[in-house]
Amino acid sequence: MTFSPGLEARFADLLTHYPEGRHRGALIPMLMYAQDEVGAVTPDLMAELAARLGISVLQVDEVVGYYSMLHKKPQGKYHVQICTNVACMLLGGAELYEQACTRLGVGHKQTQASGRFSLEEVECIGACSWAPAIQVNYDFHHDVTPAKLDEILEGLQ
Amino acid sequence: MKLYNAPSPLETKVVSKRFGMENSWKLDTYLATGGFEGFKKAMAMSCDEVINEVKSSSLRGRGGAGFPTGMKWGFVPRNTDAPKYVVVNADESEPGTCKDRLLMEHDPYLLIEGILIAAKAVGASKGWIYIRGEYRYLVDHIDAVLKEAYQRGYMGKNIAGTGFDFDLYTQIGAGAYECGEESALLESLEGKRGVPRIRPPFPAVSGAFQAPTVLNNVETFCAVPDILRNGGKWFADLGTPKNGGTRMVCLAGHVNKPGVYEVPLGMNMMYFINEIGGGMRGGKKMKALIPGGSSCPLLRADECDIAMDYDSMAKAGTMLGSGGMMVMDEDTDMVKVALRIMRFYKHESCGWCIPCREGTTWLQKMLARIVDGNGATRDIDLIGDLAKNMLGRTFCPLGDAAAMPTISIVEKFRPEFEAYVAKNPFASSELVQVA
Repeated sequence: MTFSPGLEARFADLLTHYPEGRHRGALIPMLMYAQDEVGAVTPDLMAELAARLGISVLQVDEVVGYYSMLHKKPQGKYHVQICTNVACMLLGGAELYEQACTRLGVGHKQTQASGRFSLEEVECIGACSWAPAIQVNYDFHHDVTPAKLDEILEGLQ
Repeated sequence: MKLYNAPSPLETKVVSKRFGMENSWKLDTYLATGGFEGFKKAMAMSCDEVINEVKSSSLRGRGGAGFPTGMKWGFVPRNTDAPKYVVVNADESEPGTCKDRLLMEHDPYLLIEGILIAAKAVGASKGWIYIRGEYRYLVDHIDAVLKEAYQRGYMGKNIAGTGFDFDLYTQIGAGAYECGEESALLESLEGKRGVPRIRPPFPAVSGAFQAPTVLNNVETFCAVPDILRNGGKWFADLGTPKNGGTRMVCLAGHVNKPGVYEVPLGMNMMYFINEIGGGMRGGKKMKALIPGGSSCPLLRADECDIAMDYDSMAKAGTMLGSGGMMVMDEDTDMVKVALRIMRFYKHESCGWCIPCREGTTWLQKMLARIVDGNGATRDIDLIGDLAKNMLGRTFCPLGDAAAMPTISIVEKFRPEFEAYVAKNPFASSELVQVA
């Protein structure tokens, strides 16, 4: 499996961060950065990283299964994450999530057939004082209102 | 760099003093505003002197547990040539908490200087800032800052000409609340599932890669440079006895001016909510609040006339926690709050130990049953009993974190649970299903 030169350089740098013989520490960052490029944690990707780090595919797989941001299926071009945890819930987060479900025609962890949008109801994303908050891919949107949510989604067509 | 909320004139700014300054994240800004003075002072001191200075500040961990920082550093063994490490917990995922994000965004060099002072205090050579995956923009931001720090000689070999060597890296997480627990974070740093370790040994003795490790929250490290610069006593005097300094409080919920504010420890909570937070929205009455992240027992409005410091909060039966304060008005449905909190802990339980994995699952089922109108009277007691049985019976504090708010909501807002159950015609039937 080949990666872009930028990602290879990032991997090479990452592997220097850990004590000798403990470069398995790079596994989670490698998965996160590779997932961004590949689009999902594919079986090929797991096998490649297992080989590079000298661990079994199963050891990679058990890590992938544990962390909520690692996903084996591709998400939409725009992955809409709506927080409904307490601070957001108090100010309408759950209603925003319902609104997004209706508007996008998909539910929790589902992707539109066109591949444009996927949706996820997420736990606290650390924007509680500016609630309700959502993330689209890695971008934060604070103090979201129903009108603002429509506007954000409209802008991502 | 843009501020997320307007500052209040009633704040006492120590760790947030550079927020809003132009180019606040740049080395030149940092150096022009007293940066690295604390580090240079520390370099002229012995390890013990640095630790004693931090001890005299009565700085306590800002991540949630409130453990005295100087004492934690003092646990790192001295008589060993083995490598030692510094790890920063920037996994900020306690619901209600959004302060470390601002510190890393606005003043990353403050964090870096705090790390270097800790490294000097214990003789560490390497460190990682473990940042939650959702804060991806901060990983890129800190990577860029570290690049500048290396280029300008403030990281790597012979830091600032002092002869001290240290390497610092970012480590991105991948979405797991449990990794905010220190031993689970260390497992994750080693490339594994984030499940807690059996302790002892504590990280000070066997931490990252089984080496002695100092592990603190972002805000804790950020307080250290000014403690060295101005002296421990100066910091201690900002707060109350045994509760030194200031802390960031993330105010959220039904208030007029939600935001992250830095206040001295010991400030009255109602004064904070009314004078800094602008009081309740829409002229509503306050019903309750979560004082420091959703793991803390809730307080009723009439219990909130107290000082915000670790000891006063403990006396009130709750915790200062991570500083995530969520205020709820009179219209808030507390049963639904309890269910939402439990849904979170059920989702985040790592499954490593049974009381937490099964306890959170069953508590969620019972709470959902009540909200759905199928609850039985005995469920209310069962929820309280089950939660109490989780306390202290798990490897890590996640079990307690799930149980404590639940117990407090059931005890303090029982009539709301009873009102739900009263709508169920079969509420007192012995035949009501238990699952």
